[in-house]
Amino acid sequence: MAEIATDAQLVSRCRSGDPAAWNELVERFSRYVFAICVQAFRLPPEDAEDVFQEVFARVYQHLDRLRSDDSIRPWIAQLTRRLCIDRLRSSGREGPAELDDLDPGGVDEALAGLDDALTVRASLDAVGDPCRDILDRFFCRDESYKSIGDALGLPAGTIASRISRCLGKVRAELEGRT
Amino acid sequence: MSDWGVLSEMNGYDEERIAVLLRLLPPAPAGWVQAAQELPLARVEIAALVARAEADAATRAQIVADLESALAAEGIEPTPSVVAALRACLDAD
Repeated sequence: MAEIATDAQLVSRCRSGDPAAWNELVERFSRYVFAICVQAFRLPPEDAEDVFQEVFARVYQHLDRLRSDDSIRPWIAQLTRRLCIDRLRSSGREGPAELDDLDPGGVDEALAGLDDALTVRASLDAVGDPCRDILDRFFCRDESYKSIGDALGLPAGTIASRISRCLGKVRAELEGRT
Repeated sequence: MSDWGVLSEMNGYDEERIAVLLRLLPPAPAGWVQAAQELPLARVEIAALVARAEADAATRAQIVADLESALAAEGIEPTPSVVAALRACLDAD
């Protein structure tokens, strides 16, 4: 298993001015923020990029005001949600992501799903490579068995069984957490 | 029931659900991530602009009215991440 800093440890290192920690924090939450913008709120790319940058700018600016280092995750979720809503309110554009078209219950369900997904992602990080790399390429980057095999120097015919074994490892990691 | 609702109906963390959840978090565009990671590098320049804004109301109004131009005038490229950082600093005043 890989040694992964907890959210609280990461926040603490950021506060002490560790630039590597900030990079890691952005890396850890970038998918989450991106997914909230484009999946939960269906923002178009240019609005999603503005919100994405605004979220991390505010996190950087206000990190020292966070009451508990453990609460970074819900804080980022809430901040992203608020900025997405602000963006939809200020946008006069026609489109699928207009505020009136959003079902609040649907947004809540989406946010709950993404929160769950982030928990699974943390377990994937804890399992480490090569499983992290294989599962990320297959499920998150939609790469074929051949592409994964070529990239990792593995026979393409073994990728399916490796994916299955790696999912089992992630499951065990998750069950160890609960 | 929405796709998200179906997801919440799936119990526990079996392999099928893990696969569904992994697919929900594709990587953000690399350029967006890099820009956010580079925020600390722009901190000094942004702090100088904010200090000038704090010292003079007219300057502040001018900066707030057009963040991109204010950054460009200082020789700072007004990327979305830098503009967002400047806005966050000014909002915090």
